[in-house]
Amino acid sequence: MTLALPPTASSAPPSLQPEGWLRYLSFSLDHKVIGLQYLVTGFIFYFIGGALAGMIRIELVSPMSDFLQRDTYNEVLTLHGTVMIFLWIVPVVNGAFGNYLIPFYVGARDMAFPRLNAVAFWLIPPAGILLIASYFIAGASQSGWTAYPPLSLTTPAAGQVVWILSVLLLGGSSIFGGINFIATVLKMRRPGLKMMQLPMYCWAMLGTSFLVVLATPVLAGTLVLLSFDILAHTGFFNPALGGNAVVYQHLFWFYSHPAVYIMVLPAFGLVSEILPVHARKPLFGYTTMVYSILGIVFLGLIVWAHHMFTSATPPWMRLFFTIATAFIAVPTGIKFFNWLATLWGGKIALNSAMLFSCAFIVHFVFGGITGVALAQVPFDIHVHDTYFVVAHFHYIVYGGTVFVVFASLYHWYPKFTGRMLNEDMGRLHFTLTFIGFNLCFAPQHWLGLNGMPRRVAEYDPQFTLVNQISSVGALLMAISTLPLLINVIWSAFRGPMAGDNPWNALTPEWLTSSPPPVENWKGPAPLVTHPYGYGVPEGQIDLKGASGKELWTSGS
Amino acid sequence: MLLVLVGLWVGQNVNMLPVAASSNAPLYDQLFTVLFVIGTILFLGILGLLLYSLIRFRRKEGDLGDGVAVEGNLQLEIFWTAVPAVVVLFVGIYSYDIYDRMGGMIPLSDPHAMHGGMAMESAATGPSDSMPPGMVMAANVPSAVEGAEVRTWGGIGGSPGSSSGALPVDVTALQFAFLFHYPEGDFISGELHVKAGQQVELRMEARDVIHAFWVPEFRLKQDVIPGQPTILTFTPTRAGSYPIVCAELCGPYHGGMRSTVVVHEPDAFDAWLDQNRPATVASAASGLSATG
Repeated sequence: MTLALPPTASSAPPSLQPEGWLRYLSFSLDHKVIGLQYLVTGFIFYFIGGALAGMIRIELVSPMSDFLQRDTYNEVLTLHGTVMIFLWIVPVVNGAFGNYLIPFYVGARDMAFPRLNAVAFWLIPPAGILLIASYFIAGASQSGWTAYPPLSLTTPAAGQVVWILSVLLLGGSSIFGGINFIATVLKMRRPGLKMMQLPMYCWAMLGTSFLVVLATPVLAGTLVLLSFDILAHTGFFNPALGGNAVVYQHLFWFYSHPAVYIMVLPAFGLVSEILPVHARKPLFGYTTMVYSILGIVFLGLIVWAHHMFTSATPPWMRLFFTIATAFIAVPTGIKFFNWLATLWGGKIALNSAMLFSCAFIVHFVFGGITGVALAQVPFDIHVHDTYFVVAHFHYIVYGGTVFVVFASLYHWYPKFTGRMLNEDMGRLHFTLTFIGFNLCFAPQHWLGLNGMPRRVAEYDPQFTLVNQISSVGALLMAISTLPLLINVIWSAFRGPMAGDNPWNALTPEWLTSSPPPVENWKGPAPLVTHPYGYGVPEGQIDLKGASGKELWTSGS
Repeated sequence: MLLVLVGLWVGQNVNMLPVAASSNAPLYDQLFTVLFVIGTILFLGILGLLLYSLIRFRRKEGDLGDGVAVEGNLQLEIFWTAVPAVVVLFVGIYSYDIYDRMGGMIPLSDPHAMHGGMAMESAATGPSDSMPPGMVMAANVPSAVEGAEVRTWGGIGGSPGSSSGALPVDVTALQFAFLFHYPEGDFISGELHVKAGQQVELRMEARDVIHAFWVPEFRLKQDVIPGQPTILTFTPTRAGSYPIVCAELCGPYHGGMRSTVVVHEPDAFDAWLDQNRPATVASAASGLSATG
């Protein structure tokens, strides 16, 4: 016990770990430090990826290829996709919030494998720098983030190989993280805490981590084979040498469709944490939420070929993957109705965290509806590889996941720093992002339906006006990062003190100081068996329940 | 109810699609309308519910209390599990039917492939008036290249071996153009010219990387993959010129890989074909050189 230690032991640091802000640049083993390292690194890459997106939108202001070189344009779109997926969304929703929150939620003092955790983070900066540097040294990969052979075999080899190397490192980081989360959730729970008492984010991360561990090695293997094809002139995927290009697509999408769930399931978990706190109500339907996560994990693994409806898949496969894909709408729908029911009858604080969460619901429902449409083979055959698809997946990953990242930032910033963010600036950020996002991506559905393919630098002049509208939206999104940045930096020094629990929340991360001490709690870890135990008993408030049910019925 | 009416109205009156110019395009547009109506109803319903909740249940100034402690409701859960399941099942079956009528379920070169019988069966029982002529016909034509060494992959309506009366065109996709070879006249064109009302059979091959042949007005897209000769059949119905777009990233000039498909009235097409036959071109050239 600490009482037995001589006083000198605490004054001399027992390790070489730096103190103060320097620890954020060190090989720290503290899960909270690692979480924030992920978060800040992720945001840096978000701004890089955003700048790349800006270049794409500038190029598309005019129907001619006039702003970037043609091959530079392809490098930019490849980098944009790769950076946003592997260096921004996956590390932030998994690594940043997962590392920060999961040990709190299971009542542990750190992750199961702290060193592996630090290794997983420190793979990311070199991989990211490698990827970006490839543009300046040898020219970056030009074959899109999908890197379909034979195109990826014929474009300049150096950039493609660096891309593969970088994605392999990031995939490794992701697998290390996944193993760590599984071990932490299953084995590090505080004695007395049952699985069905965990906050929903734990379940989301458990499901996500199973996907990571099952699917990412397939991508790694595929990319290794692809690099053999490039470097050793083997013929796995090269039709000229007897290989099969479609096999690559199957293997690639076996990872890359679950990757969508790796990007959205943690966001589902985070929203499930944010909504009950700001609506002052229990999370509706905890048990069904858990099972729907597991359902999404299972279905997510067996739908990959819906990315390949136009690439000579046999009819029976098209039918199977259509049905499997469309059925993901069922568990996903359950989650959305449960969130709406969580809001219903609450006392909703319309702060930035809540606004971003609600915008997430709107965008994701929209993206989900276009997703069910895209699952239908005849529909997909027309719009596959068009701007309709671009719009669809940006509604899912930006309108969905990135909005949740912002919501989470507003929600947990007081815990991270001990200071509050400015609410007015937050709402300004929300308004600009919301308008900019919808202005940028909603018109792209029309573009795709009417004949504009994706990944083009030049297009039919009839699409000029709509593309310009979309670019204005992108400009607004770029501007919207300013209030965010100013707010985050200013509040870190000047924001009002938050106190331990500014939202009056019940989950364990709020039951300690802000920012929390090393090893999370001064005393023993609290046992939280009802993480969503908000609310007053039903009898105390007169709520016309019947009228509510009627509205549910008409809404579905 | 109001929601359903709004959805139906939007579906009927908001046109998001380009002109329909092939026999499977109207089928596609039917499916699109159905999806659009269902999507609009669901989206507006959920949006309305969310906005209503946010306004009706917003926290009043100074109110620090909690909401009602409702942790769940099994009946509601069952209800909103069942509704999406039914909707999704309906959409799936309906789109399968549409796909079948487009000819998409016809088996590839292997006549014993799964679902072959299903395609034939529903071709026989399906509503014949709404069935485009020529789309399903291919199913009844025995496979001509059965047992050939090269496996031929079918796209939509794809069936190896030309059905009687289809216009065969050899398509070569390469960086960064489509070339159209007409076996009937033995010449190569940079544009695709076809006859309205006559089925076309594209025998497609890619030279270098994956390309995709897309005609938005035909609602047709097919990847052209090196090493996999692919057949795509369709019937254009409306005369005019429509863009052909490459829809799969194929290199720096991918955006410029566009061409035109010209759908002629029957007479004009025959004239065009005659005009481009090598014999005609040669005689015209010799005539020119004789005069010059």
